[in-house]
Amino acid sequence: MPQPQPQIVVEDLVKTFRVSERAPGVWGAVRGLVHRKHRTVRALDGISFTLEAGELVGYIGPNGAGKSTTVKILAGILVPESGRCEILGRVPWKERIAHVAGIGVVFGQRTQLWWDLPVADSFELLRDIYRVPQERHVPIRDELIALLDLEPLLDMPVRQLSLGQRMRCDLAAALLHAPPILFLDEPTIGLDAVSKLAIRDFVTRLNRERGVTVILTTHDMDDIEALCTRVIVIADGHILSDGTLSELRNRVTRERWLTVDLVNPEEHVQDPDATLIRRDGHRVCLAFDPQRISPAELIQRVTSAHAIRDLFVENPPIETIVARLYGESPRSRQP
Amino acid sequence: MTATTAIALRPYAAIVSARFRMLLQYRAAAIGGLWTQIFFGLVFLGVYDAFYRSSLQQAHPMSFAQVVTYVWLGQALWAMLPWNPDGEVRAMVRSGAVAYELCRPVDLYGLWYARALAWRTAPTVLRAMPLCLFATVVLPLLGLEEWRLAPPASIESAIAFAAAFVCMLLLGCALTALMNVSLLWTLNGEGAVLLMAASVTFFSGMIIPLPLFPDWAQPIVQALPFAGLVDLPFRVYIGHIPPHDVVAVLRHQLLWTIALVVFGRWLLARGMRRIVVQGG
Amino acid sequence: MNALRLYGRYASISLRSQLEYRASFLMQAGGQFMITGLEFLGIWALFARFGSIRGWALEEIALFYGMISISWAIADAFARGFDVFGEIVKQGDFDRLLLRPRSTVLQLFGHELTLRRLGRFLQGAAVLTFAIVTVDVDWSADRVALLLLTIAAGACTFIGLVILQATSAFWTTETLEVWNAFTYGGVTMSQYPAEIYRPWFRRFFTFAIPLACVNYFPGVAILGRPDPLGTSLAFQRLAPLAGPIFLLIALQVWKFGVRHYRSTGS
Repeated sequence: MPQPQPQIVVEDLVKTFRVSERAPGVWGAVRGLVHRKHRTVRALDGISFTLEAGELVGYIGPNGAGKSTTVKILAGILVPESGRCEILGRVPWKERIAHVAGIGVVFGQRTQLWWDLPVADSFELLRDIYRVPQERHVPIRDELIALLDLEPLLDMPVRQLSLGQRMRCDLAAALLHAPPILFLDEPTIGLDAVSKLAIRDFVTRLNRERGVTVILTTHDMDDIEALCTRVIVIADGHILSDGTLSELRNRVTRERWLTVDLVNPEEHVQDPDATLIRRDGHRVCLAFDPQRISPAELIQRVTSAHAIRDLFVENPPIETIVARLYGESPRSRQP
Repeated sequence: MTATTAIALRPYAAIVSARFRMLLQYRAAAIGGLWTQIFFGLVFLGVYDAFYRSSLQQAHPMSFAQVVTYVWLGQALWAMLPWNPDGEVRAMVRSGAVAYELCRPVDLYGLWYARALAWRTAPTVLRAMPLCLFATVVLPLLGLEEWRLAPPASIESAIAFAAAFVCMLLLGCALTALMNVSLLWTLNGEGAVLLMAASVTFFSGMIIPLPLFPDWAQPIVQALPFAGLVDLPFRVYIGHIPPHDVVAVLRHQLLWTIALVVFGRWLLARGMRRIVVQGG
Repeated sequence: MNALRLYGRYASISLRSQLEYRASFLMQAGGQFMITGLEFLGIWALFARFGSIRGWALEEIALFYGMISISWAIADAFARGFDVFGEIVKQGDFDRLLLRPRSTVLQLFGHELTLRRLGRFLQGAAVLTFAIVTVDVDWSADRVALLLLTIAAGACTFIGLVILQATSAFWTTETLEVWNAFTYGGVTMSQYPAEIYRPWFRRFFTFAIPLACVNYFPGVAILGRPDPLGTSLAFQRLAPLAGPIFLLIALQVWKFGVRHYRSTGS
């Protein structure tokens, strides 16, 4: 039995841009009237990965790494210089209309809804644009409204919605035509905690229960930790890491952190097998290698030497992991 | 200029400079605008040329040569004419950011006037020079000698024009500031701006030189403030208004400028109070 | 839902949304009517002083003026999406259009069916009515048909110009003013018979941007007077075809522009 083709195939994608440079100040502005300088930027330098249907992948990297370029190519908006890409058997940029009919895209920064129209009207217009027959549209729409709690928002023009409300409506809008693949670009940016949880919850259910493939680009590492089993790290147009979150962690460091709340904030905490990371009044954070000293033993040492109100052990935040990964990369930029 | 005056004027100078630099960036727009200006100039001249050649009587309030210079001056200084408010102000009012204006430690109307100054001068600088170059040098080279922009009628006319030019700028900025202030009343303000823009384009002499209007209309159009924006200063340039009569022109321009500044100050205060009360 | 029906939906949404701001819309229309009215008043003033322009009378100018004003107002109403395309591209919203399974042209036409030139349309209609009533012409069925076709062809030409303007936004959003010379300048220029302008000017507006073909030449046929430029009646009647042809060419240029955008990303 032949292996089914992965849903998304990316092979050796290369994309370069020409960027114009402008000198600052008045003299620069006047000079800019006559002559503009350009430089070439290699946004993607041969990236490759494959995704199976139903995966929930985090696509992370520093600003300018090539994340949005990749997403644009996968969405069919941008044409790469070289390389191969196939989604559901189609080349995205070659069959734009057929391809985009099968994907949903949510940009956290910009809404796709019509600013002055009630949300319900936007949904109807999208139904017409995506040519969804009414019998198919109504149950999908009703279910999305129920899952995302949009009922009270349907008659409100989009400009009156709060950011969290708008995000939920944008999510629904992107899914009205039941695409098998969903791209999320910074979906929780600027949202309050409750909205973030609601969005994460929805995306998880969408992926687990409906099998929708989700590609998430974000700077919010909490999103990554909450949602993604697989993480692809890109920096400077190269893929630095592609695997599960724990693989990523272990690749960078085995380090774990012990945080204790002291009764007496004056006390000095130190241990030969641990390094002090942070000290904040009562709270002290120590990093240690669990292969050198077990968490239990370190806890035992610290609690016997100091009076402790509370303590917990955690992994270093994913930001630290990723930052170290960028720092380690031989191609990373100088600070 | 004393040290204290210089310091006091700094925030206004900064506004003008910043906006000026920003507007200078639009080099392609400048070229585009230049081209549009040239095109309009050529079309207008073609039309006047045809009219003058058709006309059987010889005596007209202005000669064709005078009209030619008048038209080119109008195109060169088009951006200085207060036919539109500042788009930045419109955006500020719409977003509500205009409320922050009250946080600035400067005289509010002075700020708005400075803004109008930048808005009127930066685009002009980019376009006036190249256009004058085209109209004085390039046109004769293309064999259109009779369509060129002529120099001022005399040295005295040139000096008189310089003075009228400054007052024309001051008057134009007062009108622009007034337009910007009107935008504080979002709905009715747009209507007021439309009215002002229409009046400005028509009664300034921008469309038709005022002397070519019917004789019965002359006293009316000469009295309005808009004449001082285009018609009066241009006619000083071409000598249609003799240099020694420029004092009357300056008086006309300055009196109207003062009236518009006073009205503008009052309107701005009312407008900002309204914004604060209504929450923007 | 097919393209035409989708456009119908876009249009009705757009109109409803504009009419919500009824007061603002009425004021805009009224203001426009007044401003364009003043423009024609200026022309009237010139005729009052000079009598005629190379043998053409005011009512004949009124025909050219009326036709081109209406053409422009119609074009502006439909092509609004292309007119503001510079803003759309700058804000990054064109990507969203590419993400929808529809042609970008359809979506941009559907962006807005603007009523903002209604004032100009009405003023143009008023001037055209004045021309129809005062001009000494027998309004037969085929004259009227030619009049309507000419206006439609003029609209096609202006829509083509706005599409070309929008296409240039793919390279830089700052050059867009260049096109004002042909749109606004083109309207102003066409108010007078092309015959009064220099030969190179006329030729450009006959063969490059065919404004003379969608206003002057058929206008001469409608007026029933011989063309000082010596064209035949057949040419005058067929000239409006240049309008739709120009529009089709503009659409091809647009396609090229979209291809460029998709390879440079901007």
